[in-house]
Amino acid sequence: MTVPMLICLDVNGEDVEAQVLPRLNLADFLREHLQLTGTHVGCEHGVCGACTVRVNGEIVRSCLMLAVQAHGASVQTIEGLSDSGEVADLQAAFRDRNALQCGFCTPAMLMTAQDLLKQHAEPDREQIRQHLSGNYCRCTGYQAIIDAVETTARQRMGRRS
Amino acid sequence: MKASAFAYARATSVVNALELLVAHGDKAKVLSGGQSLMPAMNLRLISPELIVDIGELAELRGIAVRGDVLIIGALTRHVDLARSPEIAAHAPLLTEAIAHVAHPAIRNRGTLGGSLAHADPASELPACMLALHATIVVRGQAGERRIAAEDFFTGIYETALSAQELLVAVELPLAQKRSAHFFCEFARRHGDYAIAGLAAQATVEGDVFADLRLAFFAVGDRPILARAAKKLVNVAVTPAVLSDASAALAEELDPLDDQQASASMRRHLAKVLLARCVPALLGRTQPGAGGPA
Repeated sequence: MTVPMLICLDVNGEDVEAQVLPRLNLADFLREHLQLTGTHVGCEHGVCGACTVRVNGEIVRSCLMLAVQAHGASVQTIEGLSDSGEVADLQAAFRDRNALQCGFCTPAMLMTAQDLLKQHAEPDREQIRQHLSGNYCRCTGYQAIIDAVETTARQRMGRRS
Repeated sequence: MKASAFAYARATSVVNALELLVAHGDKAKVLSGGQSLMPAMNLRLISPELIVDIGELAELRGIAVRGDVLIIGALTRHVDLARSPEIAAHAPLLTEAIAHVAHPAIRNRGTLGGSLAHADPASELPACMLALHATIVVRGQAGERRIAAEDFFTGIYETALSAQELLVAVELPLAQKRSAHFFCEFARRHGDYAIAGLAAQATVEGDVFADLRLAFFAVGDRPILARAAKKLVNVAVTPAVLSDASAALAEELDPLDDQQASASMRRHLAKVLLARCVPALLGRTQPGAGGPA
């Protein structure tokens, strides 16, 4: 049974069918089979958070999920969120606030920050810090990232009222 | 690193999962949320020949109150525990503890059963099971076994669960009117494994403990229900009584040294946790003597 298995899933709104080995994790599947390289692979054991994607609307570590477990699921990567414009304001805020240097952690930071903003329209800095606590950044430090998320939350609140 | 090659079977029912486990014994590993198993496999700490994925077994999911018992299915995820009004009403200790388990992306997949079966001595939920007087329900082909949480955890990553059995549910007595709870842990970063932690559940009569369960974690090879708690029950908790209990706690704990903390630091932190816990449970604003707060 260490032979390839058929999986069918939805990735960024498109139906995908593939034959994959059970040992292939979702992050490698997205990167190497679908060339969706915005999902980054850092530690491969769930610590750094760089591989964060959405599965059925919820953020998960794609290095801790097998591609075969994603059979029947709906997966969204940073490419999907970016192309749809869902995180355009968050991306702009990251640029304005210099919340990235090398950019390795950025796709997952955006993914996690957007997850928070969907659940809490107006988080305080401590809530932002806690929600992002599973995502490592090795260049800018975290103040600028938290500033960018806070700014985006305020702008979205302003647009709503 | 990447996991080594393995075969994969998606269990279609509990019966089917048990058939696979009986056929493959300890060469098989059960996959639920995978948030502990996958790191161990990616690091090549373990290389199972067969993965039995129970993730689709809806019968193992869910939270229900039946009589005076709260039943939680093994596949109930951390995020489901955190959001459950039943858990908040009947086992608020769990609601508080779950916020300390890793990070949102991990809580979206990690399961209660997976955490308990993995039995990391530094993790929060096994200690909560001890504090809450939980019964762990496991199923094998011969039928069900019901194991008291105190007997379930037997060492580092070791439990009373056999390779042919599946952890299916947890049962908790409902919190009573005069019950109080306390949860605190020391960790280097929010969501990291604890350096020392305490999950406590008490019944308080006026200013006295009628019952007190102190479950310490990350201070031994398994979660530990402190015998020192007995010194605080049915007595007026004076600074001298608390100091006596604190000394007894330090005596009975046998923490491990690792890169995070020395044994003596962990023993010290356990005493700090006790000194914070007791006044909090008794509703006092000033911590009593017996240790730094």
